[in-house]
Formats: sequence, C-alpha cells, structure tokens
Amino acid sequence: MISIDLIQKTAETLMDKAAIEIPEDYLDGLKSAAAVEDGDLSSFVLQAMLENYEAAKEDRRAMCGDTGTPRWYVKMGNETQIEGGPIALETALRRATANATNGVPLRPNRVHPLWRTDHDNNVGIGAPEIEYGYEPGGEWIDLITVHKGGLFGTDYRMLFPSDGIQGIKRFFLDSLVAFGKRGLACQPAIIGIGLGGCKDTCMVLGKRAACLRTVGDRNSDPKIAKLEMELKELGNSIGMGAMGFVGKSMVIDTHIEVGYCHTGGMQMSVHAFCLSSRRAVARVYADGRVEYRTDPDWFTDYQRRETVEWEMPTDHERSA
Amino acid sequence: MGNANRPREVRLSTTPTPKDLAQLKLGDIVYLDGLMYTAREGVYMRALEEKANIPMELPSQSAANFHCSPAARINPDGTFEMGAVTATASFRFAKWLPEWLAKSGAKLVIGKGGMSSKDYKKYFVPNGAIYLSTVGYGTGALLGRGVENVEAVHWNEELGLAQAMWVIRCKKMGPFIVASDSEGNCLFERENERISANLHKVYEGTKPATLKRFGETDDKSEELIG
Repeated sequence: MISIDLIQKTAETLMDKAAIEIPEDYLDGLKSAAAVEDGDLSSFVLQAMLENYEAAKEDRRAMCGDTGTPRWYVKMGNETQIEGGPIALETALRRATANATNGVPLRPNRVHPLWRTDHDNNVGIGAPEIEYGYEPGGEWIDLITVHKGGLFGTDYRMLFPSDGIQGIKRFFLDSLVAFGKRGLACQPAIIGIGLGGCKDTCMVLGKRAACLRTVGDRNSDPKIAKLEMELKELGNSIGMGAMGFVGKSMVIDTHIEVGYCHTGGMQMSVHAFCLSSRRAVARVYADGRVEYRTDPDWFTDYQRRETVEWEMPTDHERSA
Repeated sequence: MGNANRPREVRLSTTPTPKDLAQLKLGDIVYLDGLMYTAREGVYMRALEEKANIPMELPSQSAANFHCSPAARINPDGTFEMGAVTATASFRFAKWLPEWLAKSGAKLVIGKGGMSSKDYKKYFVPNGAIYLSTVGYGTGALLGRGVENVEAVHWNEELGLAQAMWVIRCKKMGPFIVASDSEGNCLFERENERISANLHKVYEGTKPATLKRFGETDDKSEELIG
C-alpha cells in the first residue's frame, strides 16, 4: 500500500521541479543547437534562453511566465495499491496542482472555455488531466507531470496510405513553417508525431511522443527511428531558427509514436514541446522510497505491444 | 555560437521620447526602466467596451503596455509575489489596439510575435509607438529578475489574476527585441521573406495531402497572422 500523503507531497515537489528546472536532456540538446547556430538573432535568443534556465534555478522561479497547463501521467505496476484508492489519488493530484500554483507561483492558466471563470489554481472541469498506464509486475507508482505551454505548434490531419512518407514530410514541414513563423511554436522544440490510431488516439500518441520521451531517445522500430532522424534534419534545414528568425535550430529532436489505424487511413498529428519542455517524474514505492528523475520512460515494450497476450521478454530478447 | 554577431543593446525608459524611439533599429536589444503595466483582452474589453475608468494616469506614469499574464500571486496580507513573466501572442489583440494606443498614449507595446507591418503603419506610426518582442520564448525568469517591485494590481476582482492589470516597476528589465521601427517596418516579415526564399528547396519531393481542407493557403511565404 502506497501512502497517499507521500503521493501528494511528492506531487507538489514535482510541480515545483517541472516549472523551474529544465530537464538535462533538453538542455544538452539546446546547447548543441546553440553551438552551431550562426544566425545573429537566433543565436542571441538561444544564448538568452540558456541564461534564463540558470536564472530560474538560481532564483527558484518558474522558467517561463506561461507555466503551461499542468497535467499528470500516472503509471503503476500491476501489484500497486494506493491508500484510499483511485479517488484519493486523483484528489491528491488536484490538491498538489492547486497548492503549487499558489506556492511556486505558477500562472493560473486554466479557465472555463465559455465563461472564462478562473479558480486561480489551475484546477477545474477536466483540469488537470490525469492519464493512466500500467506495467506488468511491481508495486510502485510513477507520477509524471508535464506542463506543456502555448497555443501553437499542434495540428492534426487525415492522411491516406497513398500520401506516403512524402505526404508525412509535407505535413511535418507545413506545421513547422506555419507555427514557426514569428516563433509562435516557441522553437527549437521537441517535435512529437502521432501516426495512426483514431483521431483522438493519434493526438494522444503525438503529444506523448513529444512530452514523454527524452532528447536522443529513438523508437524501438529501427525504420521509425530512421524516419525520426530524417525528419529532425528536414526540420533543421528549413532555414528558420528561434523566434522565426533566420537560423537553423528548429528541432531539438523528433519522436514518432504509432498506433494501429483504420485500413484506409494514415492519421497524423504534430506537437511541439517548446523551449520550456517542462516535465518531472518520481517513482514512489510502498516502503516509502521516492526516486526523482526526468525521463518518464513511458514507452516500454509493454506500451508498444502488438500481441494479444503479453509475456515478459527474456533478458536476451530485450537486449536484441 | 557558430559565427553569429551579437546585436546592439540599448537602455530605454518606459516613457520614452520620440527621439529615443527614432534611433531604434529592427533587431536591437532593449532593456527597460520605469513603470510598465500588463493589459490584454480583459483590460481592453473593460476599458474600451465597458468604458471603465483606467485606474492609472496614462501615459504620464507609463507608456509601456505589456501583453502578459505573470506567474504571480497576491498574498493574504495584500503584498504580491511575482515569479516569472512572459508575453502572450499580440496579434489576437489587433481588434482593440488602434483605440487603445490613441486612448492610453502607449509608445511601447511589448508582447510575443509582433503585429503585421500593415498594423504598424496604420496605427503604430501615427501614434508614435513601436513594438518590442520578448525573447525566446520566453525568458520568464530573466524578465522576472527585472521586476523591482509590483506597485499595484488593478481589476483583479473583475478579471482574475491572469487578466488583471499588473503595474510593475522595472529595472533593466529585458532582453526585448525591437520588432517594429518608427517607419512601421516589421522584423518578423523581414525574416520570413529571407526564409521563404529557401523553402521551395526544403519542400522538394514532398507532396500535398490527397484530401484538401477549406480555408488554407499553400503559399508558404504568406503571413498567417491577422
């Protein structure tokens, strides 16, 4: 049984970390981009961003004034039990979100879409989102918070098998060029692409590809991994950099996630996880241990399984 | 940093003179001193459509309108805590800005993404105003460091924390980038034009989607705001 108080306390710490500390993998990616950027203005922007991350950590203040829309991804081992059950868990995550909004402070971004009611705590109808995943074996809970920002950089399109890879590249470029102008996508970004599924799952896959994988991580399917690299290079060859200025840093990494789709379609979604790629993760165990990390490690073999039944892969298969 | 040149840096008052503004060039980096206020759709609607009295003296106290909702709170004792400060995209406010500039006398509009050169020429230039873009986006923590004091929060009850009118005393607050000049030229349009020249090469070999959508442009050089 995992303590509900420990879950809430850990969740509050994660809210704070996500808002303030840029994850190492993204920071390294941005430093590499800054090292080769030769556009005068783009280069200035990247340098300012690197200084900004330092200032945020030193002052313990949010790295960006738009602190995004906080949400939760929760993953549990098959044997996990939570004190108070799932209702207590959701209450703890809503409390942590509200407390941290006031505590850090975060911007109270969440309002009613029609009445613009603002509870000043980032909690409301459907907010924060809480999504779940499960893994075979183990008694632990992974709490992952993502504070994705901005209103720009996301799009969906129904493509068809006949559109092929060239159609995928076209929509990828269209999204980057359209949202990259004037820097609306807050690039350079981690670009997540969802392929297949149904419209809603396609969006979910793309968003998770952007927010739940780290810079440098490649899809376990070698051909998809190759396409990820190709799209990253394509994005960085547009000639556009930070803020839409002339430059070459548009994409820090590209991640693709796929889901089986209708036989006639090839749904595609594009998501940009911005210069403030806010995510923080902790694993909480029944014995009271808490391990913090920045890699959500969401897309395990189990999450990408294709078969009806699931059998734990042997060590040999896993390393192959 | 590749082979990049560092742009020119300028200190500027939030109540600048016409001469101060005339010397600014597209792409200059600006740091601000003085009082600045946040105003976005909530403030515009209240001041312009509901005709509420603006709760400060404009432009004598401040001629700097920041399109911003800060990450901030009001403490129980009435003091303010401001963490990070970042701009929001300005093109959505074009509906109110002509009237606002005339009424408030704002000379500096600070935000994200800029406006079109059409907007600049139509109502920025006649009002003697220019546009400053935040950098990044966004350098929220750096801008937060430039906040010396939060002087007041107006209309919090009516509009909520995010839409309220925050009055901020800035000290070397920045960096900002000059995105329009006194002739109404637009930095982002200049950059888009340069980038567009290369786009046909990047798109080579790709093909438009089989199923078309309404309301789209396929001219990649086109400005998509406004």
